[in-house]
Amino acid sequence: MIDFFTSLNSPALSFLKYAFLIGIFGSISFGIIGTYIVTRRIASIAGAVSHCILAGIGAAIFCRQQFNLTWLHPIYGSIAAALLSAIIIGLVSMYAKQREDTVIGAIWAIGMAVGLLFLAGTTGYVDVDAYLFGNILLVSKNDFMMTLVLDIIIVVPLLFFFNNFMAVCFDDQFAELRGIRTKLTYMILLCMVALTVVLMVSVIGIILVLALLTLPAAVAGHFTRRLWPMMLLSALLCAFFTTGGLALSYHVNLPSAPLITVLAGITYLSVLAIFNLSQIIKRKKRESGKK
Amino acid sequence: MDCREVVKIENLNFSWDNNRLALENVSLGIHNCEVVCIVGPNGGGKTTLLNLMLGLIKPSSGSIKVFGETPEKSRYRIGYMPQYLKLDLQFPLNVMDVVLMGRLHCGFWGRYSRNDRKIAERVLDEMSVADLARRPFAELSGGQRQRVLIARALACEPELLLLDEPTANIDPGFQEHFYDKLRELHKRMSIVMVSHDVGFVSSEIDTIVCVNRQVVVHKSTEITADTISGIYGYNVKIIDHTQDLSAIHKNRHQQFHHHEGCSHD
Repeated sequence: MIDFFTSLNSPALSFLKYAFLIGIFGSISFGIIGTYIVTRRIASIAGAVSHCILAGIGAAIFCRQQFNLTWLHPIYGSIAAALLSAIIIGLVSMYAKQREDTVIGAIWAIGMAVGLLFLAGTTGYVDVDAYLFGNILLVSKNDFMMTLVLDIIIVVPLLFFFNNFMAVCFDDQFAELRGIRTKLTYMILLCMVALTVVLMVSVIGIILVLALLTLPAAVAGHFTRRLWPMMLLSALLCAFFTTGGLALSYHVNLPSAPLITVLAGITYLSVLAIFNLSQIIKRKKRESGKK
Repeated sequence: MDCREVVKIENLNFSWDNNRLALENVSLGIHNCEVVCIVGPNGGGKTTLLNLMLGLIKPSSGSIKVFGETPEKSRYRIGYMPQYLKLDLQFPLNVMDVVLMGRLHCGFWGRYSRNDRKIAERVLDEMSVADLARRPFAELSGGQRQRVLIARALACEPELLLLDEPTANIDPGFQEHFYDKLRELHKRMSIVMVSHDVGFVSSEIDTIVCVNRQVVVHKSTEITADTISGIYGYNVKIIDHTQDLSAIHKNRHQQFHHHEGCSHD
């Protein structure tokens, strides 16, 4: 563990330092947005949005090569695709009388397919796995700066309008009656989800990001029954999972994204098991006490 | 309180998706000097009528005015209590968080002021749930939740209180207390409540609006078993509202003793 932290300062391993910093700062957004995703039960929307990012990445790489747009970094494509898919899902769930989960599933799959087609049309080798599962070897200072910018865009409005977001998530009808523009608020929330998903793509990848969005909040939900402590705790847990995963990957020489996911997953399942067991034991005690 | 018309509905029709009419040719005036209870079978259009008053849905034809304005403009003057079963009970917030939502429109940036908190504490106290303020909403009993949601509606400092099924799931001990509270609140605001259970309509109710696609208005003193079964389409049991509670109890006891075949005389 000490090795890992000394290596963070090594100039030869600067990608490790930036991956670590992205993990820490990204966790702020992940904690807040993850809590909304879990409490508002929109994990499937987050999943669809994250998979659609591949379409944006594919389109960006394809266009950069075809039209020689050297400035077109894949992250711009990611942001556009994530926002677009979030807005489509939001509009469909609000106005179209379709089965929402079917639409989410369709957008999920189409997003991936479009991305793969763009990448197939690109000449030369593209490392798809780096986007699907993250690759910290490719993390640069630019990625970190981008994370900071997205972090501010996500966190500031959510803190200022905390009460409004909470009201819309808990009881949108009542919020509407109090003069809050609930549809707009919900749409903004979905866009924030989209930006959050993009935030850590380089570290965790677009497939495993769902675990890091939902599991810390799910664990935190077992320890607190209020929204803001849940956000705080899930941000801390998220930072712990990313740092722990990176440190493990440094020591055992395995890819970091799966390690982060497994770390979060094991913690979640253990907490779930401990809570359920303790409840069973309590019930047994009460029953035997009655006898 | 002088008698003003609070809600005015004229020749209103409403249908979902252009299908069968959910409400047909409804004309209705609700005055602030009466406590109104909307009754009718499930699916008869009670909640639809409520949502029209709140401006959450718009009539297919006809007009609805609340305080002489469109419902959208007047909704700030309405305190609304939904059925708690519609809410996500696992959502992590405490009672104070819920009640403060009644103050939402006041603060810019969505922040609550000290005054907002004071009002929230007052209405919690008024509904006798002040001691629950720090408790998670998820851990409350059904009746406690109901009271917290009424407190939230009161936190809006409304001129019209709309209660959706306030007597469902309420603790038995609180039910009589609830009607006392209702009378007390009626000094300050107009009250419209919805109930699917005519049996719960107490002597505190002045006007009964029966809704089953069409609307019939009764003074509660005029209600007979025929009018109710007419609107429900089948025979329903009825409690005589003209008698006060103690008289009803006496009646019940007499009937009970009669069936048992014994008497205290």
